[in-house]
Amino acid sequence: MKNFIEIQHADMVFSTRKGRFHALQDINLTVAKGEFVTLIGHSGCGKSTLLNLLAGLTTPTAGTLLCDNREIAAPGPERAVVFQNHSLLPWLTCIENVQLAVDRVFGANETKAQVIERAKAALALVGMDHALNKRPHEISGGMKQRVGIARALAMEPKVLLLDEPFGALDALTRAHLQDELLKIVARTQSTAVMVTHDVDEAVLLSDRIVMMTNGPAATIGQILTVDLERPRNRVELAEDGRYVHCRKEVLDFLYTRHGRIDRQAA
Amino acid sequence: MVSAVFHSPAQASMDAKSGAKPIGAVPAGPKPVAPVKAAKPAYDWHALGMKIFPPLIGIALLIGVWALLTLKSTTFPTPGATFTEAVKVFSDPFYSKGPNDQGIGWNILFSLQRVAVGFGLAALIGIPMGFMIGRFEVLSRMVSPLISLLRPVSPLAWLPIGLLVFKAANPAAIWTIFICSIWPMIINTAVGVQRVPADYLNVARVLNLSEWKVFTKILFPAVLPYMLTGVRLSVSTAWLVIVAAEMLTGGVGIGFWVWDEWNNLNVQHILIAIFVIGVVGLLLEQLLVSVAKRFTYDEV
Repeated sequence: MKNFIEIQHADMVFSTRKGRFHALQDINLTVAKGEFVTLIGHSGCGKSTLLNLLAGLTTPTAGTLLCDNREIAAPGPERAVVFQNHSLLPWLTCIENVQLAVDRVFGANETKAQVIERAKAALALVGMDHALNKRPHEISGGMKQRVGIARALAMEPKVLLLDEPFGALDALTRAHLQDELLKIVARTQSTAVMVTHDVDEAVLLSDRIVMMTNGPAATIGQILTVDLERPRNRVELAEDGRYVHCRKEVLDFLYTRHGRIDRQAA
Repeated sequence: MVSAVFHSPAQASMDAKSGAKPIGAVPAGPKPVAPVKAAKPAYDWHALGMKIFPPLIGIALLIGVWALLTLKSTTFPTPGATFTEAVKVFSDPFYSKGPNDQGIGWNILFSLQRVAVGFGLAALIGIPMGFMIGRFEVLSRMVSPLISLLRPVSPLAWLPIGLLVFKAANPAAIWTIFICSIWPMIINTAVGVQRVPADYLNVARVLNLSEWKVFTKILFPAVLPYMLTGVRLSVSTAWLVIVAAEMLTGGVGIGFWVWDEWNNLNVQHILIAIFVIGVVGLLLEQLLVSVAKRFTYDEV
């Protein structure tokens, strides 16, 4: 499965009140099965827009997106999304939130008990089995994001789409969840596309880092292959020459070659 | 005469409204909650005092001013006379001596029944309508100019239409209640639907939930707090309007009672009625506030 996800000449133009806004221009990208790809770029470069296209939440103005040789026309449970702000439903408990997803995918063929078992298993996978019956406002931000990941994983998606999943968390919690995600992805062999603005996160997690130029009409500026064997350990990698090199490469792209225009002016 | 009739209800309901606060504080002042709260932090006498004394002083001031003003009056009853009369009225609230002479309990119950029926019908139609308007933009654009036009109309202006269509006083009064309570419910429900966070709807799309699941698991719980606000506003308005409507339609009801006692020149009974209307309105409001509190969730 070389080209599990294929993006061909994708263009995205938004018509806003101020006129047309050309967000993405001529995006071409392929993702192999089991690959972990991150999209990185300055805010407003359209990386979330690209992820929404993959999710099917928005449709491209031009170009095609394929997932497993089928065109992405609408959102679906085979492309699970972990949202930036977790988006758990506040009136449902953790397990009910996950169950809602499981029920949709497996509810037709499995008994209620099996569905609940799946939801529990997914929560156990992210280490949240102690808070099955808590509501989102009773748990911390990191825990909410874990439940969000559990909800996505429980659907056994073909692709996991993560939209800055750890952006709102403090550094320690973020590091912890990154390690968890590494383990989960290794265990489930998931294909994943993640949006981030954190260079360390990108290098630590990815097989390839897709660096995007600044908008408007953003496109892919460079793709960096991260040649680090797994499992990866953040402490050991900190002094690894290849890690440092990758990190430098991304920083160089983001700040030297494609620094934000407003920052250059300042 | 008609203009006088129209004037008095408005005055009466306004009096009822402004009177409701200090009077309503009578049961609220020495409510059993206060000593319980004081028992936990035993030292906070100041806060407890601030809770009890200012409302009591307010009531005392009102009664004091009333007593002073009626000191030499022969037409307006004194607080003392009103109180003795109130004891008499409440000692037998459920007597029935013909259609025009029934106890205050019956009058309140008949009014509440009209409010319940009119309000219930309005909820039955208004809430689903609010959902439709919130969900479909075409509908919203179609209906919102009509709502903006009709909403500011005094519900009493609809009373003749009700009389014409139903040819009876009681359905006409219910119709008036229906009209005045439907707007807040439509508007608040529609706003609630429009304000459902886009994230939740995206979740629904990614999970590919059925329309029914979207409604029961996402739309309805997200809109519920807005809906209950609409319900609360509706009930308050309905209670304001029923008094005026009953003055015009007659029958048994607290509004009619007020008007009847005005014709009998029994001002004490009118004052009692004003207190009672205030207290019932306050209780209705409190009831719905407590319902609303149960169904609000913390935004996360």
